[in-house]
Amino acid sequence: MTAVRNGRDEIEMAESSAHEINIDIGGVPILVRTESREFYQILQNRFGRFVNAAASPVFALEADVVPIGKITYEEELRVRFAGGRWVLQRGDFYAEIDLASCRGMIRQAANPYGIDAALRIVHSLLLAQQGGLLVHAASAVRNVRAFVFAGVSGVGKTTLARLTPPDAALLTDEISYLRRNGDGYIAYGTPFAGELGEPGENVRAPLAALYLLAQGSENKIEPVEQAQAVRSLLANVLFFADDPELVARVFDSACELVERVPVRRLTFVPDYRVWELIV
Amino acid sequence: MNPVYIARSKDIAARNLGGETMIMSPRDSTLFNLNDVGTVIWEAADGQTSLEEIVEREVCTEFDVEPAEALKDAENFVCELAAHGILLLADQPIALSSATNKEHS
Repeated sequence: MTAVRNGRDEIEMAESSAHEINIDIGGVPILVRTESREFYQILQNRFGRFVNAAASPVFALEADVVPIGKITYEEELRVRFAGGRWVLQRGDFYAEIDLASCRGMIRQAANPYGIDAALRIVHSLLLAQQGGLLVHAASAVRNVRAFVFAGVSGVGKTTLARLTPPDAALLTDEISYLRRNGDGYIAYGTPFAGELGEPGENVRAPLAALYLLAQGSENKIEPVEQAQAVRSLLANVLFFADDPELVARVFDSACELVERVPVRRLTFVPDYRVWELIV
Repeated sequence: MNPVYIARSKDIAARNLGGETMIMSPRDSTLFNLNDVGTVIWEAADGQTSLEEIVEREVCTEFDVEPAEALKDAENFVCELAAHGILLLADQPIALSSATNKEHS
């Protein structure tokens, strides 16, 4: 039995023979509870270094594992707010998320895909409430400073990640996790991988700079006007909910990040020398 | 033509960054960037001053534009923002409770 801390009180989950796994991403531990030992093992393998039994979970997700097959008729991911909770639907999973009670459920087959997508959405919703962002970006820590490299697919996030030098820790090649911390931000490692196929390191560091990626014939860093930085950042923010209040919060969060963190354009030739600029 | 009154919707998010006004319509996530003239009209959209007055007092005195042409451009501009729910339009002054504060700076 695990208690879930939601900031106001503790909720105790019912005693049962269920398997519990605490997935701690971005310092926001989410407890997943399942009756399926097979699914539990899948989660252990998928989220390995992000499993933290000692952390006090802030959200609990009940996983109802069902046989492989179409769970809903939604082909594309659909996120909507209905009846006081978020409803997430895709062909391979159905989930309900109640941010007020810090509880949710997911119905899916025993594979890592549905839960992976659901966790991204839960984190994006939780972060939106706190002024943080999930960004389609690679990130790394070097000299106790985090650097984020944002860009659309194909611009070179994974290439840059593969070139990460030995003295840097790769946080992710795909989804960067940024949380407010006083006047600044902390970047966290995530298990959400892109083409690299490898989870990031489970480490964190103060965010030193956000680079907007472009490939070119030489390595160079150029200034970016704040308004352009916001536009580019918003184009890379992961946010699934079609909710006016949360959309406004994400906009505000993007503006605040741009006001607090240097944003530059990084044009690079895809070889190791680009990292000479990232110090 | 009847006077047109404009007021900033309370359902938008707006910021002035580096001198450029950015407005997001939470309704459809459309992001607008206002130029200098647009920013002047936006900031003057208090619901109490007609668009014609705003153009005459704020736009024509600050920018080198013909009043008739400026008013025509301003009408197109406010209609576009209104279509996205960013500005409220009316043919009489708009109650302040419908309007929002100016953007954060």
